[in-house]
Amino acid sequence: MLNPGSGSTVIKSKLIGRRMFLLTAAKAVVMVGLVGRLISLQINQATKYKSLSDKNRFREWKLAPERGVIKDFFDQELASNEPLYQVHLVPENTKNLNQLFVRLKSILDISDKKISYLKRLINKQKPWEPVIVSDNLNWADFSRINLFLHELNGVEPIVSVARTYPDNSSAHILGYVSQISAKDLKTKKYLKNLSVPGMTVGKTGLERKLDEKIIGKVGFQRYEVNAFGKRIKEIKINKGESGISFKTTLDYEVQKYTNELLKDKAAAVCVMDIYNGDIVSLVSAPTFQPNAFVHGLDKDYWNSLIKDGKKPLTNKAMSGLYPPGSTIKTLVAFSALENKIIKPSDTFRCKGKIELHGEKFHCWEKKGHGIVNLRKGIQRSCDVYFYEISRKLGVDRLSETAKKFGLGKQVLTDFVEERSGIVPNTKWKKKFIGQNWYIGETLHSGIGQGYFQSTPIQLCLMTAQIANGGYKIKPRIIFDKENNGLKNYLDFKLKNPEKLLTTELLIKNFKLKPLFEDKKNIDIIKDAMFSSSNEPGGTSYRHRIENPKFTFAGKTGSSQIKRFTEAQREAEVKQIDLNYKDRDHALFIAFAPYKDPKYAISVVVEHGGSGGSAAAPIAKKVIKKVIERHDLRKEISYAEGDSI
Amino acid sequence: MLTPRSIQSSLGFRDKIFSFDYILVFSILILGIISMFAMYSTDGGEFKYHTNSHILRFFIFFGLFFFISLIKVRFWHDQSYVIYFLFFLLLLGVKYFGLTSSGSKRWLDLYFMNLQPSELMKVGLILFLAKYYHRVSIENMNGIMHLFTPIIALIAPVLLVATQPDLGTSILIASGGIVVAWLAGVRIKFFVYCALIFLSLLPVAISFLKPYQKLRILTFLNPERDPLGAGYQIIQSKIAIGSGGLFGKGFLNGSQSYLDYLPEKHTDFIFTLFSEEFGFFGSLFILLLYALIIFRIVNIGNLTRSTFGKLYCYSFATAFFIYVVVNMMMVLGLLPIVGSPLPIMSYGGSSMMAIMFGLGIVMSCKIYKDLPVN
Repeated sequence: MLNPGSGSTVIKSKLIGRRMFLLTAAKAVVMVGLVGRLISLQINQATKYKSLSDKNRFREWKLAPERGVIKDFFDQELASNEPLYQVHLVPENTKNLNQLFVRLKSILDISDKKISYLKRLINKQKPWEPVIVSDNLNWADFSRINLFLHELNGVEPIVSVARTYPDNSSAHILGYVSQISAKDLKTKKYLKNLSVPGMTVGKTGLERKLDEKIIGKVGFQRYEVNAFGKRIKEIKINKGESGISFKTTLDYEVQKYTNELLKDKAAAVCVMDIYNGDIVSLVSAPTFQPNAFVHGLDKDYWNSLIKDGKKPLTNKAMSGLYPPGSTIKTLVAFSALENKIIKPSDTFRCKGKIELHGEKFHCWEKKGHGIVNLRKGIQRSCDVYFYEISRKLGVDRLSETAKKFGLGKQVLTDFVEERSGIVPNTKWKKKFIGQNWYIGETLHSGIGQGYFQSTPIQLCLMTAQIANGGYKIKPRIIFDKENNGLKNYLDFKLKNPEKLLTTELLIKNFKLKPLFEDKKNIDIIKDAMFSSSNEPGGTSYRHRIENPKFTFAGKTGSSQIKRFTEAQREAEVKQIDLNYKDRDHALFIAFAPYKDPKYAISVVVEHGGSGGSAAAPIAKKVIKKVIERHDLRKEISYAEGDSI
Repeated sequence: MLTPRSIQSSLGFRDKIFSFDYILVFSILILGIISMFAMYSTDGGEFKYHTNSHILRFFIFFGLFFFISLIKVRFWHDQSYVIYFLFFLLLLGVKYFGLTSSGSKRWLDLYFMNLQPSELMKVGLILFLAKYYHRVSIENMNGIMHLFTPIIALIAPVLLVATQPDLGTSILIASGGIVVAWLAGVRIKFFVYCALIFLSLLPVAISFLKPYQKLRILTFLNPERDPLGAGYQIIQSKIAIGSGGLFGKGFLNGSQSYLDYLPEKHTDFIFTLFSEEFGFFGSLFILLLYALIIFRIVNIGNLTRSTFGKLYCYSFATAFFIYVVVNMMMVLGLLPIVGSPLPIMSYGGSSMMAIMFGLGIVMSCKIYKDLPVN
């Protein structure tokens, strides 16, 4: 090299070259390392990262399915779905939020409180997340919003569906739906994958019993979302499945009618078809507004419901426990006959009271009924007569009969609110109270007081099974062709009205389950009930219907809330003079028409006084209504292939 | 095949054009074109701001590269100190007149572009030290007097950049300078001493770090520490690259970047986007392309006779390698996020300008490989 120090330059070049060689080797190693990392990420772990990338990319929004519809026997919808008109607001699509609220306020009725709440919510949320301005608008407001939509940027009118009930008449038996609670999610397994905003679940009644089937299957919308959670495009939509619809055995017309009759009372009515156990009507009063629960309950309304002494939220027909009172006398007499304790003609003398081991047992008729046989005992509801026979019968045999007729256990299945009541006997007392049974308690049980507890639906079932000739039936509220106990028997009866078969043959041919030993005993009770309602002196004689088409046979009852003091008894205090809360519950059971029974009914009026004056008139009107609609009902039954 | 020196000193335009290393030129061009497609993808498949200005810049600076190549390497040698001081002045200018963006002051507003002088300093320091060590004889190389100037020349810009604050760039500048010194023959023990001094000063240095810088280092050590916060970038970048698989999701189909999961996709994470869309084979291709470029630069260094040329080419190749590797290791989750662009691929005018300027001088070394610089 020509420049000075060229020798040094050569050495330098060699040194540089050597060091560069080292560097190049190091570079190669690092490059290989990078390739290794790429292999590890893009080949070995590709599946893992692909799924992570999809997890990033897709977000699913669940869609609440439509609930199945609940219909009555005539296909009238008792619980249906209605379009729900909502107004949502997407803040990012609005230029001026304040201006928009001013404009919205002029169109809809929104309070300032609500607006400041919404503004706070908007500040907390992402700008593309919608807020619900109004969750349940009426059609007029909704169409007004649509009319002004062009000046309401960011406002989105949304049509969804929500549960709706035509009125309050069947509120208790249908129950109500409401937002899913944390407790629901914990206790109900089928809700596991159903947690969707806006989803409602059945809380009571049929809505709860049928919830799993009626609720439907959740759909989803799958969106591609960006890093900020904003929806970019819809990838897939699955609308889900609406729930199964159910047809019940209820009659909406009777429900409405009965509901009107029970207005202002705390009462319950149950009407049952005596052959197939169809619940025609099940009403509890006072009622409540099931629609109020669908969109978040108003606090004032809720408070008014729970503070009401008449307990509007309780389904008294199924959950109300009442001593059966004198209505049990039908079964006491029947049990005594079956156990051959008495003959129908056996008589006792009623002097208004009897004494047993020093304790006085009063008849409701202070003067006494004189000579009383079984028929008169039921007709007049003579307490002394039943003290005498129940003493002979004993509580254990009575409880056996009562249980056979359906007391002491739930009548329907899967209603969480249904109570089973109490049929006391010596064993029961030993077990639950821990004491021996006293004979005096047998006497109380004989007139349906004391430990006895029953629900109106149980009393109705008991009456139905007496009315149909003493055959066991399985009550039902969901219409189901397959499950109809006495269908064949009834077919036969309708087609051969003249032909009389012996009881043995009937039982054999139609697989009936008799609740009696001797069919005659049932007929004796039915006749006695007829006399109680249709012969002078009978406890519900005043409310009889003479038209044989509607003639019913019944039994009154009243269950004591407070024992009468001797002083009150002497002063002949009337129920009407007592405080409301101290008055007896009024009960009435009946079946009709007497000649060819079709329906059984039970009525309980809380603190109504006596069964004859408070409950029987209601039963009379309902029976008439039900029988008037019998032909219509029969037509539907034939059409459905479910005869009677 | 060697061209006589006398002829080389007065090369005609045609001769110069023929002397180009066309493999290098085409490698750069291909990488540039790939980067345009990548940029087009970051814009969501449209010619938007980033794509358009990236294409424009690439061709402008590609022209600059040619222009610089055609100037004699002696000129670059002679002006090395001047260039260094010019860049240093620009860095000082940033300190007093710079633009502040997201907490750091890195840019000078030149009206037609925002210049980031720290990027230029990456090349400036190499140029300065290459000349310096070119002039120092091998005997004096490790004399204490000759350590003084390089240390000052290195520390001054590094400190200026580090306090912008821009830790990533300052480390990259320093690494370029260290490479020159090492290649020139400075003893290894000297580097060891420096490293020891640096390590002992590290606790002090850490106390000067901004909280976000400390966080980045902690995050690098454990990205899952805060997956939605500081670790987000690393995790999302790894997801994007990993989900690309062997063949990638296809051009314009990179869901991670298209849906904005990928941060800084135009600049530091451009390789992630490419890797997501073109998979392992695409990434390998890019890697090989960079290896080729580096190889060609080293090759030019081998051909060049002057110490300045050799030192410069080798150092620049190594620095270029470091930029590429640091960026890739960063997006692959092997290094903390320090903010270093991928040469040529990343969006950013200053980086492009510095790289093209540096490559231009390399090409000038090629054309005048036999011409002594002094």
